[in-house]
Amino acid sequence: MNQQSSPETILAVENISLSFGVMKVLDSISFDIRRGEIRSIIGPNGAGKSSMLNVINGFYHPQEGSITFKGETRKQMAPHVAANHGIARTFQNIALFKGMSTLDNIMTGRNLKMKTNLFWQALHIGPARVEELENREAAEKIIDFLGIQAIRKKPVGKLPYGLQKRVELGRALAAEPELLLLDEPMAGMNSEEKEDMCRFVLDVNSEFGTTIALIEHDMGVVMDLSDRVLVLDYGKQLADGVPDEVRNNQDVIDAYLGVPHEH
Amino acid sequence: MIYRETGQFKANYQDDQALFPIAQDRYVILVILLITFGLVPALLNEYWLNAILLPFLIYSLAALGLNILTGYCGQLSLGTGAFMAVGAFSVYKLMVAFPGIGFIPMVVLSGVITAAVGTIFGLPSLRIKGFYLAVATLAAQFFLIWLFNKVGWFFNYSATGMINAPPMTIFGAIVTGPKADPIAKYYLVAAFVAVFALAAKNIARGRIGRNWMAIRDMDIAAELIGVRPLIAKLSAFAVSSFYVGMAGALYFAVWLGSAEPTEAFDINQSFLVLFMIIIGGLGSVLGSFLGAAFLVIMPIMLKNLMVDGFGTTSALAEHIQIIVVGVLIIGFLIVEPHGLARLWRIAKEKMRLWPFPY
Repeated sequence: MNQQSSPETILAVENISLSFGVMKVLDSISFDIRRGEIRSIIGPNGAGKSSMLNVINGFYHPQEGSITFKGETRKQMAPHVAANHGIARTFQNIALFKGMSTLDNIMTGRNLKMKTNLFWQALHIGPARVEELENREAAEKIIDFLGIQAIRKKPVGKLPYGLQKRVELGRALAAEPELLLLDEPMAGMNSEEKEDMCRFVLDVNSEFGTTIALIEHDMGVVMDLSDRVLVLDYGKQLADGVPDEVRNNQDVIDAYLGVPHEH
Repeated sequence: MIYRETGQFKANYQDDQALFPIAQDRYVILVILLITFGLVPALLNEYWLNAILLPFLIYSLAALGLNILTGYCGQLSLGTGAFMAVGAFSVYKLMVAFPGIGFIPMVVLSGVITAAVGTIFGLPSLRIKGFYLAVATLAAQFFLIWLFNKVGWFFNYSATGMINAPPMTIFGAIVTGPKADPIAKYYLVAAFVAVFALAAKNIARGRIGRNWMAIRDMDIAAELIGVRPLIAKLSAFAVSSFYVGMAGALYFAVWLGSAEPTEAFDINQSFLVLFMIIIGGLGSVLGSFLGAAFLVIMPIMLKNLMVDGFGTTSALAEHIQIIVVGVLIIGFLIVEPHGLARLWRIAKEKMRLWPFPY
């Protein structure tokens, strides 16, 4: 957790409201994410956590409110604009390109860094070749970082779940994002895999300086990793603050955390 | 077995990213190219070149085109026949109006025209997917064929509605028209197929190919990492139609010599090419060739075998051939739904490990 001396706001969300028909999914949510922090979003199922991430990277278009990313205020973003400006994400249910190899998945994550046109690519000489090699090197750095060298050429559809999650993180990292949205990166993992993933999240944060927004249900993980925690419940903002504040907030305990069992 | 990468160490990414990283693959391709361009024209007679290898190569090119769209980008199309017709009519108009620009640029240019038409008919893919898109491309099939039948300008108001390829020469050899030289025709088509198969392979392994596959495998995730569906899908339609259009141009000008839209480019053509890529293998350049071989060469071989080998009448042989090919298609799809290219891949895996089972 590298708290910077001057906490600059990288993303500010103001009064975001999102509804599907009569269903109000998000009800005037406002929060900010500071550069370099790990920001968690927690809440019960159906609280609107994933919807919030979908709003941030432009997949859902909120009816009200605005998003300020790196000083630019928008009502909504197109997904490719968000990706272009440095927002990357992983998905709750793995959304890898199953027919492609690990390497190709990660290389696809770098597609915005690559510019050569169809003509050069068809010939595969000159700039296309140079570009492919440069990006291969960058992709290999991520493969090394995540320790997935052995599965480089394997089709990801056949990999075990934990590795798929890791490849998905790799694909998001390949874009060299400034803000990384992680939607339940540890869901369904055993404790060993969880520890690995926590380590990766912390390393990404400290080594690459990437700001991270994290949705997670494992409270141990959330409280240990996060700089600040936002709590949502039925689309409403329940609490926002450092882990200790949130942990002791009575509303949060009632709605989500509960009380420890007496033994 | 000799086929394995053991001992072939890659010291840099450039070698690792080579088109055929395993040395044996390179030798096989080299041998195939040598046979294609060296031995075949020397050994085979006119019947082989004209009746078997020409259609095989031309359909390979069309299958390659459809495979780019359906196999790599996941967009189902039933308009292949019509796009071949666009290529054919484009090359016809070019041959008649501008005979001076040379036959090779004409074929490429008709590919470009088809690419433009294909892109327009690809627009619905931005909204609809799967079977619904197939129905939308079906509209292209019927509309374009109707257009080529109805508007006299396309067939230069000939009384029959047919188009006939005027003779064209490349380096002094006649490649179209009734007096064409079979060897020259074969070389021309084989060169086209070789060059554009290489180009397809290159595109497929680069950024654009990866973006297509990303759209195919998980379009939402692709969009969120910066792949623009509009560009990816329409570029797939454009490149695919470019290939199909060139195949159509060669099909009409070099192989058939004359064509009539309803017969030569009807919906059966679309299905034939679609079956080729399903049987050959979706998302595989090799699969396009295998599928074309399966559906072009095998029926002819089967018929020849029955007529020459068993003495059946040609009419009976034709009926038996249809039955047998149908059974074989079903059989293949049950045994290996991912096509011949997958069978080949499994065989390669087995060869790598031989003599060990795993």
